[in-house]
Amino acid sequence: MTLNEVVKILNADILVGQDQMEMEIKTAFGADLMSDVLAFAKSGSLLLTGLTNPQVIRTADILDIAAIIMVRGKKPAPETIRLAEELGIPILSTKFILFETAGRLYEKGIRGCIERVDNNFARP
Amino acid sequence: MHVHEKPIFESSYTVQGGNFDEAGKVASQIKVSLKKLGLQTVVIRKAALVAYESEINIVSYARKGTINVSITPKQIKIETIDEGQGIPDISLAMQEGYSTASAKIREMGFGAGMGLCNIKKFSDQFQITSEIGKGTYLKMIINIENGA
Repeated sequence: MTLNEVVKILNADILVGQDQMEMEIKTAFGADLMSDVLAFAKSGSLLLTGLTNPQVIRTADILDIAAIIMVRGKKPAPETIRLAEELGIPILSTKFILFETAGRLYEKGIRGCIERVDNNFARP
Repeated sequence: MHVHEKPIFESSYTVQGGNFDEAGKVASQIKVSLKKLGLQTVVIRKAALVAYESEINIVSYARKGTINVSITPKQIKIETIDEGQGIPDISLAMQEGYSTASAKIREMGFGAGMGLCNIKKFSDQFQITSEIGKGTYLKMIINIENGA
């Protein structure tokens, strides 16, 4: 689906990237722990998160995340907006909680970057 | 172990400890350079991730640090040398979930004891040494051949 459809499904505000709403999305990852995002999220996915600091944008940039959805009505700080504009990463804001956001997108065909984590991390 | 091939790219970056606003900037710059070299996406992702988690560690725990990147046709070498408190027990620090992170670090979405695990997981070779009161040295190799 396109980001435009995501905006409608989530009744979201477009905070950054008004001109990128035709972008096609198939997958998403949701977490507030950026180390988990780095470990598991795939490029071209949506990132659903409750964090609003600039590190969310940095993390998205490192992974080539398509767009960020800030859940629970969170609004990012001005420096976060500035960085997203600089790096060309769209930010949407929705009032739905993370669970509802994920559920509504899944219902319309968006799938997780991975389904489950089978092999636990490199323990020595 | 040592590949004495001529680097096609070399660069060194300074990271200021405690400067949370800028954390990740160096990793972004490294990623741009890797893209310009036309490396495989999977290799770029691994290297950028390793650089980013290492940079977060310097910002979070050290006074200052240096990130050196050296790339040959066969591999990417990323080294980080920091001036900081050092790690008293490396095997403990390498355990997933173990963390000494401050509230500030956790607010950024890090500090859950995953950083070093991620760095090790996404590196083809990983080396860590540390001296209390002096600092920590990390060396990560990411293979370009067989990069997947």
